[in-house]
Amino acid sequence: MEHLELFFKSIFIDNMVFATFLGMCSYLAVSKKVSTAVGLGAAVIFVLAITVPLNWLLDQYILQPGALSWLGEEYASYDLSFLSFIMFIATIATMVQLVEIVVEKFSPSLYNSLGIFLPLIAVNCAILGGSLFMQSREIETLGLALNYGIGSGIGWFLAILAIAAIREKIRYSNVPPALRGLGITFIITGLMAIGFMSFGGMLTGGDEEVAPEAESAVIEVIKEDIKKEDAKLKSDLEIAENTNK
Amino acid sequence: MGLLSKKDSKLILDPLADNNPITIQVLGICSALAITAELEASIVMSISVLFVLGIGNVVISLMRNIIPSKIRIIVQLIVVATLVIIVDLVLKAFAYELSKTLSVFVGLIITNCIIMGRFEAFALGNSPWRSFLDGIGNALGYGVILIIVGFFRELLGSGTLLGIPVLGDPIEKTGLYSLGYENNGFMLLSPMALIVVGIIIWIQRSRNKALIED
Repeated sequence: MEHLELFFKSIFIDNMVFATFLGMCSYLAVSKKVSTAVGLGAAVIFVLAITVPLNWLLDQYILQPGALSWLGEEYASYDLSFLSFIMFIATIATMVQLVEIVVEKFSPSLYNSLGIFLPLIAVNCAILGGSLFMQSREIETLGLALNYGIGSGIGWFLAILAIAAIREKIRYSNVPPALRGLGITFIITGLMAIGFMSFGGMLTGGDEEVAPEAESAVIEVIKEDIKKEDAKLKSDLEIAENTNK
Repeated sequence: MGLLSKKDSKLILDPLADNNPITIQVLGICSALAITAELEASIVMSISVLFVLGIGNVVISLMRNIIPSKIRIIVQLIVVATLVIIVDLVLKAFAYELSKTLSVFVGLIITNCIIMGRFEAFALGNSPWRSFLDGIGNALGYGVILIIVGFFRELLGSGTLLGIPVLGDPIEKTGLYSLGYENNGFMLLSPMALIVVGIIIWIQRSRNKALIED
């Protein structure tokens, strides 16, 4: 059940493109045709599915505070988490290189259709972002990390597929000249992101932490306002009581 | 500018408008959108990118003749990752609240396409001084967009700038609020950043017809 929840959450509620804007550069650059968008999306799912669990293992057994205790008691106090960035990016770059070699050997046609995208994925913020969010949200098991990786990848894939399909259609629409291409894509993505926020209502039954982060900014503002009103009402009440005595 | 030659000052001024990394080169979008709900976060992020890009460009340019071509991406990643770790640790030490707001996006400076993009396009083929100027110019161009978006989002979204209320107090109903004005909470949500950048692109391209696509 937890797996199903995490899966849906990472596709719709914490969608990599619409909720946290990861991988926007390649999202904007590659979305002119649906066929190339599908290729890149598939590659992103593949790489995320491999690197997130791998980085989870790295985080669990080497980087976390106290993670090195399997080496011996004296290592239990080491905290190597400041090395996370460099180790994650090294794993990602290596895995992408490996995947490229394997794909070239076993499926030359897939290699040709992916073309330049595979090496570019190493520097796609979505991949590093997936690993960093996995670390900051403290995902608990390897299975959940794999689930999160695949789910996030599918979310990204959905997003780029949608924008590519829309961009293909609006080539024939009457977009103002200054907005054509990049400008209108930004605005449409913004509107889609607003649309995806509607998924925030899914999965909120019972579990407090499942509420999406995007809404919490507004909720915080409202809470602050309520606190201030409360404080003001209390002080007004005191003043009224004091003048009545 | 007195101390820089015409060509050199072009390196700094171009990315501020006509060759802006975000709106024209389409690089560095991810972090530009996610953290701009507060002006302070935008300013700190711009300074971080300035530091990483300026120094990174110089380091890569100094090493440009000894990096073997096959591993240059990995070398670039290591240089950037080291600089970003420094930035992250400095932020955690001196501005802890802010580093919590920026959370993973400080780490994502590593994959910020502007940095890798400028390394590949400029630092690998130019002298250290010119690479430094190019890095500063592009980071300033990035910073300008971030600050504009942050300015409008914070002003319209919470009525404050850098945490200081400027439109009056929403609870006491002073200033603008006494006329019935309400904060546009929508602006604090991340999709609005996309729409604000879209509008900036619209304005920029309307003024400079040469930038229009198709």
